[in-house]
Amino acid sequence: MKGDRSIASETKMGFCRRRNRRVLPGFRLTLGFTLLYLSLLVLIPLSTLVLWMGRLGWEELWSTFTAPRTLAAYRLSLLGALIAAGTNAVFGLLVAWVLVRYRFPGRRLLDTLVDLPFALPTAVAGIALTAIYAPTGVIGRLFASVGIQTAYSPLGVVLAMVFVSLPFVIRITQPVLQDIDREVEEAAATLGATRLQTFTRVILPAIIPAVLTGFAMAFARAVGEYGSIVFISGNMPGRTEIVPLLIMTRLEEFNYAGATSVALVLLLLSFVMLLLINLLQAWIRRGAPV
Amino acid sequence: MESGTGVMPAPMIDANVTSVAGQVPSAPVRWTLTAVAVGFLAVTLVLPLVVVFINALAQGWQTAIAAWKHPDALAAIRLTALTLAIVVPLNTTFGLAAAWAISKFRFAGKSLLVTLIDLPFSVSPVISGMVFVLLFGAQGLLGPWLSEHGIRIIFAVPGIVLATTFVTLPFVARELIPLMQAQGQEEEEAAVSLGAGGWQVFLRVTLPNIKWGLAYGTILCGARTLGEFGAVSVVSGHIRGETNTMPLHVEILYNEYQFAAAFSVASLLVAIALITIIGKSIVEWRMQGSLRDSAGIVRQQHPAPNGGLGDED
Repeated sequence: MKGDRSIASETKMGFCRRRNRRVLPGFRLTLGFTLLYLSLLVLIPLSTLVLWMGRLGWEELWSTFTAPRTLAAYRLSLLGALIAAGTNAVFGLLVAWVLVRYRFPGRRLLDTLVDLPFALPTAVAGIALTAIYAPTGVIGRLFASVGIQTAYSPLGVVLAMVFVSLPFVIRITQPVLQDIDREVEEAAATLGATRLQTFTRVILPAIIPAVLTGFAMAFARAVGEYGSIVFISGNMPGRTEIVPLLIMTRLEEFNYAGATSVALVLLLLSFVMLLLINLLQAWIRRGAPV
Repeated sequence: MESGTGVMPAPMIDANVTSVAGQVPSAPVRWTLTAVAVGFLAVTLVLPLVVVFINALAQGWQTAIAAWKHPDALAAIRLTALTLAIVVPLNTTFGLAAAWAISKFRFAGKSLLVTLIDLPFSVSPVISGMVFVLLFGAQGLLGPWLSEHGIRIIFAVPGIVLATTFVTLPFVARELIPLMQAQGQEEEEAAVSLGAGGWQVFLRVTLPNIKWGLAYGTILCGARTLGEFGAVSVVSGHIRGETNTMPLHVEILYNEYQFAAAFSVASLLVAIALITIIGKSIVEWRMQGSLRDSAGIVRQQHPAPNGGLGDED
């Protein structure tokens, strides 16, 4: 009797507990490999940057960071990435809406093409965009005729940033739009809401977290982008030189100290963006109807 | 007359449905939005593709093909293929191991680990390459020791492989982690209780369940490996025929004003990119299909995919 009870209580109590404990094999092996791999390839190399920073000292870091050339590069990179991410937030939402809600010939093809900036090597994107927006290019010619320089100007930098960060908002907003219950919209309509009211009061609140996440990801990608921009920007120090290019220039001069001081703020910024994106994604999960 | 009255109710019901639903937008709005979206994608995505092919063929087929057959181009293709053959299996193994540990077990610091895996995505490619220069370069921390022993990492193939591995590290892991978390571990536990060994469980139970996610992650990882430019540019040193990958070769040709040749090699990369996104779409549709099959079960058993913060421990 006693034995029976203890077995019964063990299956009752222990089942839930033990299920999540180490029933499956391979915990130590996989976690150990994961940590080793991550440390060797990511954590140790990244901490080298911090070590270098220690060697430099605050004064040198500060004087390099506040040099006019560095500040100009940061201004261009940050402003350009903000404008590019904003452009992609607006157009990305529009494209996501059209792809999810409307049916038209070629929709699937366009949907597939949206991933192109992720798959196309950035150098190829760079030379293609330069060919389009150079003063002799298909679109560059149009702008040149009204006196606007596209390639080899800050505008060119923004155009390249728009291209490389285009898919984020679309790809994050699409599934959220798909999940919105049509009945809620119908209810809004029956209660007398106009289409615009339904959009701003019902749909927009549901997709805002997704759009913001896409915006943050697009911004993070654009700020660090190098490959496509170096071709189209013209790389003039103080005018069209972005931060990653300035780092590259310092490295080519074997000025590791200079490169480190310039890179540090960019690296800190990417940590902040990573944290922000994680928080935003948690917000999406909380808001998502399960 | 009779047919007239017979037809009448139909449009009325139709009108009613539209006004109640209210969500079938008026044609002008729909067409304007569609036109703007299609126009935006045409200018930003389709036009660059067309421009690459037009410029590649600007001086005729012969020039285009000669650019592919140039010894430097062939060396670049070989190096890119070599990098691909090393980096993709490494990061796939890592992705599988990380996803297994994270999705099948509970341990402290799990969400920190997931965030750290994502880290390479938010770091600028130039910084990704730079950290290896600071570590292994001539003036780097280990530089003197390496040169004493005659080992070259920076401005050589190992540096290119390292930098590319860094940049593409998250792709497979971040596809597999949410997928395997959603699928839970009941099936694997059943297999273990029936006496299956670890590898058997992985190969017979887990792998069939995650094959499309795995394929998806591998495709993305491969595409980025092939096209990585910034990080590789920092560590490569641009030695012709030795440390130039395909994207770096495109850059060199372009900077030498050999535009037709540059665009010709670029068109190869465009072709690969197009194959990649088509393959990705096919895998995606398959994956959605197989997810839909198991969606009911998954939802019931795991109401919150990320739930279980504190638990019993």
